[in-house]
Amino acid sequence: MTLMKSILGSAAALALTAGAALADPALIYDLGGKFDKSFNEAGYNGAERWAEETGGSYRDIELQSEAQREQALRRFAEAGFNPIVTTGFSMSTPISNVAGDYPDTKFVTIDGFVDPEAFPNVKSILFAEHQGSYLVGMLAAMASETGTVSFVGGMDIPLIRKFACGYAQGVKAVNPDATVISNMTGTTPAAWNDPVKGSELTQAQISQGSDVVFAAAGGTGLGVLQTAADEGILSIGVDSNQNYLHPGEVLTSMLKRVDVAVFESMEAGPELETGVEVLTLAEDGVGYAMDENNAELITEDMQAAVEEAKAQIIAGDLSVHDYTSDDSCPALEF
Amino acid sequence: MDFATLLQVLDSTVRLATPLLLACLAGLFSERSGVIDIGLEGKMLIAAFFSAAIAALTGSVWMGLLAGIVSSMLLSGLHGLASITFRGNQLISGVALNFLAAGLTVLIAQDWFSQGGRTPSLMSGGRWEAITLPFAESLRAVPVLGPIYAELISGHSILVYVAFLCVPATYWVLFRTRFGLRLRAVGEAPEAVDTAGVSVIGLRYAAIVICGLLCGLAGSYLATGLQAGFVKDMTAGRGYIALAALIFAKWRPWYALMACLLFGLLQAVALRYQNIDLGGITIPVQVMDALPYILTVVILAGFVGRAIPPRAGGQPYVKER
Repeated sequence: MTLMKSILGSAAALALTAGAALADPALIYDLGGKFDKSFNEAGYNGAERWAEETGGSYRDIELQSEAQREQALRRFAEAGFNPIVTTGFSMSTPISNVAGDYPDTKFVTIDGFVDPEAFPNVKSILFAEHQGSYLVGMLAAMASETGTVSFVGGMDIPLIRKFACGYAQGVKAVNPDATVISNMTGTTPAAWNDPVKGSELTQAQISQGSDVVFAAAGGTGLGVLQTAADEGILSIGVDSNQNYLHPGEVLTSMLKRVDVAVFESMEAGPELETGVEVLTLAEDGVGYAMDENNAELITEDMQAAVEEAKAQIIAGDLSVHDYTSDDSCPALEF
Repeated sequence: MDFATLLQVLDSTVRLATPLLLACLAGLFSERSGVIDIGLEGKMLIAAFFSAAIAALTGSVWMGLLAGIVSSMLLSGLHGLASITFRGNQLISGVALNFLAAGLTVLIAQDWFSQGGRTPSLMSGGRWEAITLPFAESLRAVPVLGPIYAELISGHSILVYVAFLCVPATYWVLFRTRFGLRLRAVGEAPEAVDTAGVSVIGLRYAAIVICGLLCGLAGSYLATGLQAGFVKDMTAGRGYIALAALIFAKWRPWYALMACLLFGLLQAVALRYQNIDLGGITIPVQVMDALPYILTVVILAGFVGRAIPPRAGGQPYVKER
C-alpha cells in the first residue's frame, strides 16, 4: 500500500512539474493527420524549422476525432503551453469555447476564424487561397490541350469551394471557352482520406475530357495525383509542394504557406500579436511551386503570364472573387 | 447519357464493386456458419497495409498478396479465438478488431517507412497490372459488343476476375458440397450438426479462415490494384457497405453479386454526376452516398421481402451436458 502511495505520489509530482515547467508552444493538427503530405504536414514543417533554428521545443498532437478538439486545447492550456497553434477550419468553435477560460494563453487558428472583439487572445490566420488558385488555374488552362480541366475537392466546405472558384476564374481568364469540371469527394471528414474515391473521380473527369486536374483534398489528393500520372494527364498539388510525388507529371502545386504561419506564431511566442491576419500573394502566403520536377512543363511564356497576373493582383488592378465573401462563384456552379 | 459514358460508368462500377464483393462473400461464409463478422473493415485494412508494405519492400505484388492474406487470416483467427473458443461476444470482438487494425497499420507503417502511416508509392511490379483479354483490340471494331468487351470486360486486374469467379465458386461450395451443407447447418442448428458427430468448432474455424482469405484479396486489390500504396484508413467504410450488401442479399451468393454491383453502380453514378436532375427534382450527391444504407434499412424493415439471418448467428455454441 505504501509502495503504491509513493509511486502514485511521485507520478503526480512528475506530472505537475512537467506541466508547470515552461511556456513552450504547442501545435494541434486537424483530422487529416500530421503527415498528409499537404496541409498539416506544412504546419509540421514550420514547427520543425522553428525548433531547429531556435533550439526550442514544442508539443504536438494529432486529433483522431471531433470530440478531442476541445479536450486537446484545454489540456495544452492547463499545462501552460503558449501559444497554442491549431490547423484547420474546424477549430474555430472549440477555440471560442476554450479561449475565454484561459485569458493569458494565446491561441492561433490557421484557416479558422474567431471574432477578435470577443476573444482578444486569439489570432486567426487566413489565406487568400482564391488568389493562389487563380494562378494555378491560369497555368492549367495554358497547359491543357483539350480545353477541359477539372478540380477534385475534399470535404465540401466553403473553404474548398474558395479553391475551386479561384481556380475556375484563372482558367476562364486564359480561355473563356474552357470547361471546368468540379467534384467534391464527400461531406464528412472521411473525404480527406479516401484515395480510392479520388482515383475514381479523376477517372470520371478524364473520360469527360479533362487533361489537367487540381486536387485540394488532403490524403484523397494522393489518389488523384496517382491516377493522373497513371493515365498520362497533368495534375496540380496543393498546400505543400507536391511536385516531387510524380516528377514531370505534376504541373505545379498551389502553395499555402501554413509552415510560415506556424513558424511565425511560434517565433512570436507568448507575446504574439492577436487579431485577424490574411496572408495573400503580396506576403507570399500563397503561390505556385516551381522546381526542377516541373521545370519542363512550364514554359517561359506561361510563367510570364502568371507573373504578370500576380503583379496585377498584388497591385489591386485585378481582383479575384472570393467564394466565402458571398457564397457564390461567377465562374463555376456548384 | 451516350453509350461511351454508360460504358465508363459501368467500368467504374466494376472497379468499385470488386472490393465490396470480396468482402461481402467473406462475410457470407462467416455469417452462414453462425459467426457474425463486423470486422470485415479491419481485415481489409490490415490486408491492404501488408500487401502494400510487402510489395514495396520486395517489389513483388504476389508476395504482397500473400502477406495481405496471411495478416487478414491472423485477424480472423483472433476473432475466432475470442468468439468461438472463448465464446466472447462476436460484435464486440469484431469492433475491437477494427480498432486494432486502424491503429496497428498506422503504427507499423510509421515504424517501417517513417512516412506518417503510409507506404511508399509502388512502382510497376509492385502493383496489379491491367490484363488485356485476348482479341480485345481486334474486336473493338465490332459495334456495341466490341467496346463492351474491350472496355468493360477486358482491362481489369486479375483480382477482379478472381472476385467474380468467387461467386459461382461460393455458390458451388455452399450449396453443392457436403462441406457447404454442414457449414450452413452449423449456422442454423449447431446442435444438430454436433449430434451428427461433426465438429461445430472446426467448421466455424474453417469458415472464418475462408473469410480471412477473401478479405485479404479485397485489401490487396484496394492498396495494390486500385491504388499504388497504403494510406491510413483507406478502406473508408467499405467493410460496412459490404455488410449492408450481405443483408441486402439475404446471405446468398448470387444476390450478393447483384447487391454489390448495385452499390458499386450507385457510387459510380454519384461520382460521375454530382447532382442528378430527375424531372425538375435535383437529387444531391449525398442521397446517392447514403442509398446503400437506406436500402438496407428498407430491407431490414421487411418492406421488400424479409431478410432472415442464419438462426444461430451471434451465439457461441455450448455443448449440452
